[in-house]
Amino acid sequence: MPADLKEGRIVVVGASLAGLRAAEALREEGFTGSLTVVGDEPHAPYDRPPLSKQVLLGQATAETTELPMRRDPDAEWRLGVRATGLDLLGKRVLLEDGESLPYDRVLIATGTRARPWPHEDEAALDGVFTLRSREDGAGLAERLAERPERVLVIGGGFTGSEIASACRELGVQVTVTERGPAPLVGALGGTLSKLAAVMQRNNGVDLRTGVTVTALNGNGSFTGAELSDGSRVDADVCVAALGAIRNVEWLADSGLAAGPRGIACDAGCRAFNMYGIVTDDVFVAGDVSRFPHPLFGYQLLSLEHWGNAVEQAEVAAHNMVNPGPLQRPHLAVPVFWSTQFGLNIKSVGVPTYSDHVVIAQGSLEARRLAMVYGYKGRVTAAVTVDMAKSLDYYRHLIETAAAFPPPPGAADRAIAADVTIPSDVPDPSVLSHGPTVALTGHLPDRRLTVV
Amino acid sequence: MRTVVDLTRCQGYAQCVFLAPGVFELHGEEGLLYATAVPEDQEDRVRQAAAACPVQAILLGEEVSIGAR
Amino acid sequence: MASETLLARITDYSSRPDPYPLYAELREAGPVVRQADGSYLVGTYHEIAALLHDPRMSVDPRTRGAEAQQLPFLRLDDPEHHRLRTLAMRPFGPPHTPHRVDGMREEIDRITRELLDSLGAGERIDLVDDFAYPLPVTVICRLLGVPREDEPLFRAWSDALVAAADVRPGSDTTETDKAGEQAKMEMGGYLVNLAEQRRGKPSDDMLSAFVNEPDPALRLSREELAETAILLLIAGHETTVNLITNGVLTLLRRPDQLDLLRRRPDLLPRAVEELLRFEPPVHMRERIPRADVDVAGTTLPEGASVVLVLASGNRDPKRFDEPDRFDPTRPDNQHFGFGSGIHLCYGGPLARIEAYSALGALLPRLGTARLVEDPPPYRQNAMLRGPRHLPLHL
Repeated sequence: MPADLKEGRIVVVGASLAGLRAAEALREEGFTGSLTVVGDEPHAPYDRPPLSKQVLLGQATAETTELPMRRDPDAEWRLGVRATGLDLLGKRVLLEDGESLPYDRVLIATGTRARPWPHEDEAALDGVFTLRSREDGAGLAERLAERPERVLVIGGGFTGSEIASACRELGVQVTVTERGPAPLVGALGGTLSKLAAVMQRNNGVDLRTGVTVTALNGNGSFTGAELSDGSRVDADVCVAALGAIRNVEWLADSGLAAGPRGIACDAGCRAFNMYGIVTDDVFVAGDVSRFPHPLFGYQLLSLEHWGNAVEQAEVAAHNMVNPGPLQRPHLAVPVFWSTQFGLNIKSVGVPTYSDHVVIAQGSLEARRLAMVYGYKGRVTAAVTVDMAKSLDYYRHLIETAAAFPPPPGAADRAIAADVTIPSDVPDPSVLSHGPTVALTGHLPDRRLTVV
Repeated sequence: MRTVVDLTRCQGYAQCVFLAPGVFELHGEEGLLYATAVPEDQEDRVRQAAAACPVQAILLGEEVSIGAR
Repeated sequence: MASETLLARITDYSSRPDPYPLYAELREAGPVVRQADGSYLVGTYHEIAALLHDPRMSVDPRTRGAEAQQLPFLRLDDPEHHRLRTLAMRPFGPPHTPHRVDGMREEIDRITRELLDSLGAGERIDLVDDFAYPLPVTVICRLLGVPREDEPLFRAWSDALVAAADVRPGSDTTETDKAGEQAKMEMGGYLVNLAEQRRGKPSDDMLSAFVNEPDPALRLSREELAETAILLLIAGHETTVNLITNGVLTLLRRPDQLDLLRRRPDLLPRAVEELLRFEPPVHMRERIPRADVDVAGTTLPEGASVVLVLASGNRDPKRFDEPDRFDPTRPDNQHFGFGSGIHLCYGGPLARIEAYSALGALLPRLGTARLVEDPPPYRQNAMLRGPRHLPLHL
C-alpha cells in the first residue's frame, strides 16, 4: 500500500446509491489515485425509491431515474459485469469475465436484490414480478398502465404497501396478502399497523392478513393464487414483495464475515473477517453491511435505508483515505420514509428495538401523529404520520437517550400521552416479507451459511 | 438533467412545489413526489427549488454517462 | 453583567444599522442568556434549530397568561395552528393550489418593469419608497384582492400593528398595544367587508376563495378570516421590502459580489438564500415554553419569554464557515431567513419570486449606482429590521 492514503488503487464493488456516493466522497476527500466502480447492472447508478411510487403512477419512467452526480468522481465504470470473488491475500476483485482488478483498498457496496417467489416455475409465469431493479419497475409500470383486472401483492411490508397504494391510485383492484396480523407490523409494531390496515381497506384494498399464498396458478400466464385459508384470488398480475436478499454469495470463499444478514463491519465501516478480526483494507457500506450501533446495545444493525447508504458511504470513503486517528464512526440514527395512501410515514431510530409506545402528539383518528417508542425506559425510536417537522425533536430525544415516555408539554399532545402500551413488534419470522431493519446480534464472527 | 430528493431530510415544507410545480408534487399533506428527469424548460425553476429547500435536500445534476472512463 | 441587558442594547435604535457585533457578544455569552427582566435570549444556531422544532415551545401569548380571543395562525400552537394554516394554504399553495404563486411570475415581472421604468436614469431615488415597498404591496393586493389605492389606509393600520408586535424590553407598551388593538379591529372589518363583497361573485383572488369555499368544514369563520387576512396583508408587505432593500444595500457594499452576479445571473437563487441568511428580513421570534425545557444546560421555565435571535443563528461560526462573509456560492445554506419548523414563513415562496424579479431586473442598473448615505436610516422596528430609506444615484 502506498504510504499516502490519498493515492493508490481503490475498487468500489457496487454501482448503486452507496457506490456512487462513496466514489464522489473519495474525490472530495482528496483521493487522487485510480478509482474503479464495478456494477452488475448495465446502467449508470439509478435511484430505486421512485420505482414503487412515481414510476408506477406514470409520473416518471424507469429509464430516467439515474442519480445526479454531486461531482464527477473521475472513475472507471465497469458496468454490466458481476464480481465473482474477492482475494484478500492477493488483493484482487475477481470479475465474471475472468479479469481481476488489483486494489489497495476495496469498498463493498453490493446491496440487495428482491427475494423471488420460491417456486421457480410459478415465478416464471408471465405477469409475476418482483420490484427492485429498473427492469422490474418498467415491466410492472407497463402492466399497470394496461389496467389489469386485479393485482395480487404478496407481502404487506413497505414495498408491498406502496405498490398497493399505487394500484388504487390508478384505479386498479388489488389484493394484499400478509402472513402477519397487519401490514407494516414488522417495522412499526401493533398500533400503527392497525392504522395501516385501516388506510388500505378505506382505500379499497382487499387486505387478507394471517394468510400465506400456497401456489401461483397459470398456464404460461399468471391467473390467480391459492391461499392458506383455502380461498383463491383471481388476478392477472402478481408482485412478490417478500423482502430482500443480500448480495454476498460472491464472498462465500473470501474469508469475510459475510452471511444472509450481510457483511459484518465495525463502526468505521471496516469489514470483519470470519474470525472476527477487523480488516484494514476492506470496507463495507449500504444495505449489504451490518454494523454496531451504540444507541441500540451495540448490536449489529442491518438497514435497508436510502439515507444509511449515503451516510455510511461517506464515512467509509473518509476512512479509506485517512489514517486511524482521523477516522470517523458511522453513528447516524436510522431514518426512513414511506409515502402511501396519501400519508407520509417517517421513522427515526429503530422502532423494533422497543417494548412500549406512546402517542405523543396528534391522534390515529386525525391520521396525523407522532408515536414514540421506548425500550427499558428510554426513547429509542419515533414514527410520524404527516408530522415530519416534529421528527428532529424526537431524533434529539433518541440521540440523548432521553427517558421514556417523553417529557410533558408538547402541543397537540394526545389525551393518552402518558399511557404507554406494548409496542407489539412480532418476530420477523412470522411475516411474509423480510424486515427492512434488523438487529442481528453481537457476533461478527458467526459466519452464517450462505444460501 | 436529473434530480433526486433526499426524502430522509425532507420535512414537507413544499417550497419546491411552489417554485417548480411542474416537477414537484405533494401527495397528501406532506409526501413529496417528483419527476426524476428535469425538462429543459424547468431547469431554472428546479435550480430555484434546490436553492430554496429549507433542509437542502434537493440535488440537481448530470447522471453518470455510461462508457465514461 | 452586561449580557443581562443584551436584549435592551439590541433593540435600542442606535444598534439598528449593525446589530451583528451584539449578536456575536450574545453567542459568546452562551447558548442561553438570561436577561435582567427574566426573559431569555438564544443566539446560537443549533439551539435555535432545536427550539424551533420543539413542540413544547409555544407561540401563543396565552401560554404566559395573556388574554386574547382570536389569534392568527402565526400565534397559535397545533392542532389549531395546523387547522387554520392548512385552510389558509388551500387557495395559496400546495397541495390544493400548487400553481398560484408560480403563475404570478409574469405579473410580478411586469410590475417590476413598470416601477423601474418610472424611475428614469441618472436620478437620485429612494429605493424603498420608489421600488422595494410598492412592489410587494402591489403584489399582495393583487393576490388577496385588496384595492391598491387603499394603501394609505392599511399602511397606517399595519404600522400600528407591527409596532405593537415588536420586542421592546423595559418600555411602557400600553399605548402601543391599545393602538394595535384598535388598528386590528378596523383592519379586520375592512378586509372582511372586502371579502363579503365577493361572496357569490368570486374573482381570481384569495379573499374570494376564502368566502366562496363550498365545504362548510373548510370555511374560515368571520373572525378567522379577519385574523388570516390581516396577517397575510401585513406579512406580505412588511418583510419583502426588507429583503429587496437589504439585497441592494449588500450588493452595493460589495462590488466584487455584485460583479459576480452580473456575470452569472444563474447564481441569483442562491444569492437570495445567502441574503436571507446574511441580512434576514425578520431578526427574532419569541417563544414561550409550555413546560420547563432544558436546553444546553439551562432550564427555560414554563411561561418565560424566550427570544430566538434568528439573525444571530445565521451568523454562528459553529454552523457557517466565515459567517460574516456574503457568499452567493455558499454550499449547504440552511438558514433561518424564513424560520424553520411548523411556523416556517407561509409566504416565503412569494417573497423569493419577488426578490428574483426585483434583484434580477436591478442587477444591470446597479453597476453604476452609488449609495448616497451608508448606513442608511433604518426603521424603528428591531424584529422586522430594514432600512426606512435607501437613497441611491442610479
